Amino acid sequence: MHDTDTLTESSGDLAVDIAGLTRVEGEGSLRLKVRNGVVEQARLEIFEAPRYFERLVVGRTPDEVIDIVARICGICPVAYQMTAVHAFEHGLGIEIDPAVRALRRLLYCGEWIESHALHVYLLHLPDFLGYPSALDMAHDYRAAVEAGLTLKRAGNKLVEMIGGRAIHPVSVRVGGFSRSFRRTEVSALRETLTAALGIALQTVDLVAGLDTPEFERDGRLVALKHPHEYPMNEGRIVSSDGLDLALTDWRSEFAEQQVPWSNALQSRGRDGRPYLLGPSSRITLAGDQLHPTAAAALARTGLAGEIARNPYRSIVARAVELVDAAAEALDIIEAYQPPAEAATRWRPGPCSAAWATEAPRGLIFHAYELDEQGLVAHAQIVPPTSQNQAAIEADLAAFAPRVLHLSHDEATLRIEQLVRSYDPCISCATHFLDLRVENLP
Amino acid sequence: METQAPITPGRRGPRAGTPQRPRIGIVKFASCDGCQLTLLDLEDELLAIAARVDLVEFAEATSHRSAGPFDVLFVEGSISTPEQAEDIARLRAVSHRLVTIGACATAGGIQAIRNWFDHEEVRAVVYPQPGYVDSLAQARPVADFVAVDAELRGCPISPAQLREFLVALVTGRRPQLPDEAVCLECKRRGVVCVAVAQGIPCLGPVTRTGCGALCPAYGRGCYGCFGPRESANTASLAKWLSDDRSASDVGRLFAGFTAWSPPFRAMIDAHGGPPGQVIPVKETNDA
Repeated sequence: MHDTDTLTESSGDLAVDIAGLTRVEGEGSLRLKVRNGVVEQARLEIFEAPRYFERLVVGRTPDEVIDIVARICGICPVAYQMTAVHAFEHGLGIEIDPAVRALRRLLYCGEWIESHALHVYLLHLPDFLGYPSALDMAHDYRAAVEAGLTLKRAGNKLVEMIGGRAIHPVSVRVGGFSRSFRRTEVSALRETLTAALGIALQTVDLVAGLDTPEFERDGRLVALKHPHEYPMNEGRIVSSDGLDLALTDWRSEFAEQQVPWSNALQSRGRDGRPYLLGPSSRITLAGDQLHPTAAAALARTGLAGEIARNPYRSIVARAVELVDAAAEALDIIEAYQPPAEAATRWRPGPCSAAWATEAPRGLIFHAYELDEQGLVAHAQIVPPTSQNQAAIEADLAAFAPRVLHLSHDEATLRIEQLVRSYDPCISCATHFLDLRVENLP
Repeated sequence: METQAPITPGRRGPRAGTPQRPRIGIVKFASCDGCQLTLLDLEDELLAIAARVDLVEFAEATSHRSAGPFDVLFVEGSISTPEQAEDIARLRAVSHRLVTIGACATAGGIQAIRNWFDHEEVRAVVYPQPGYVDSLAQARPVADFVAVDAELRGCPISPAQLREFLVALVTGRRPQLPDEAVCLECKRRGVVCVAVAQGIPCLGPVTRTGCGALCPAYGRGCYGCFGPRESANTASLAKWLSDDRSASDVGRLFAGFTAWSPPFRAMIDAHGGPPGQVIPVKETNDA
């Protein structure tokens, strides 16, 4: 279907056009043009069909919005639900029970485990080991693939317990949850998570030893940071160059813009600079808040510095976060006491609501205006991948000259592997990557 | 309803592999990837399934690609752009059986809410330069474009139903996919009726089961992920719901992830359209 790749090189010219990037979530393509060793164009084209979510939520109640925005992404629905629910609660001045806060963090841990295990084992690891898919990889590395699937199942079980199902959970409501959870229900997952933590620790060792291409990017990293915990639902927006911003104020520093080659709106700093979100940014900017077990695992790899600079090392960052999420989930389960009420009662009303959380792929920002009836009048939803798009393009441009000497297959693999390093979720950004290589005139 | 220019449905494609080892493809259109992810969420069975079928096209999971032919092609997502309308016709012609998976493919999904809105207005709200973005005036189910052999409902589909479908496929029997109301599942689970006991609006009486009566079990009303069951009496439920709420709030309940399915659509139309209808419906044929 996509065997249209062609590549010719002469005196540092290269045109790569990947028209169907696989093992990413969604539909996109990659276009790269190099002339005389100089990169003229590096574009991540997103042709996932537009679904117009910001228009679809107009006229809806906050609880309806929580159900609707989940459908932006089947891989990270919790990220959309968490960002929306916190935005509404902050905007409407609703206090939540500390036990509800703990349950939401537990739910997010489940999604991080499910999403990271999917990416590490099923989408990314085949690149490093030279297979077209994890299913093919399983012929030679069955134990590793089974361990990855067990880890992924543990994340899904956590989301299923709190949310009812692994994809598009149903229990998150403004003020809390649609039902309460007994201690016995929550602690029933202890064994599953203990096993998951063991696998996650092995995963760190496995991916830290992978042969990784040399590459140093020089760009801005952005993440949430919280004084007492690894960032998920709360914190401040910080960057590698000293930004420190309330998470409701995302728009004062960043802005979305439309480019002709993408159905996703790209985000950049207001000064035009790209920035990178995600596991590597979080480890670099908020690594001092990792769970001690995860911090120790990271230290053992000796790769904290490389994670900050080499995107191919993001698989290590993801593995460390798998440890963090499993270890934190176990701590939350141990300490859990049910909330007094499943949800705080609240009254609909007008407000401006904004919030940011850390999705598995990085910072996600929502803003809503609610009218006098408490219905959405205006919405802005900024997923991580559309924010990363400009940084991915900049990194591709910086990396491209390094593959000029390689064969077509190797060049293509290296470039696809680089794009997969960012775990682009194009369904979120709007969707699919496709590499075609063509000759320059 | 108004119809767009019909697209010639492709003829059924030939058999491709053997019945014991069918060639399977999974493709997507406008959707969230959640239904195809459900296959990867069958963690305990995934490798066993992969050993019994040839998974020749599944871009989310493998770099091996195939343009067909397929014994079974699973299709996720609604048809929302002119290019997708062409693609689905081409795919139908190379697929012996075509199976739609999920609310987007079977009913249009949440994005079909825009079918009630003015297309240009919708585009302009989301994109500063709508001209860069290509979409059809309506997001519609796959069956509006080509013949469909089977469907798995849900938003997302049920992992248990997907497993049942795949097992039936490789063992050569008919899949058991019940068409009964969520209410029956509630009774079997011993869940107290949230509508009767708590007055929570619930689409359970008119919605096909498959989720396991998930929402009532989690203390809220069913919101129709699996769409209407056969001969659902939506008018009767709407009348009952009208006792406690305004017409627009009755319409709102049906305006979810399977809103464009005819029985739910009729209720939305009868109650003034879906929420957020800033500009009234325009009768258009301008796809």
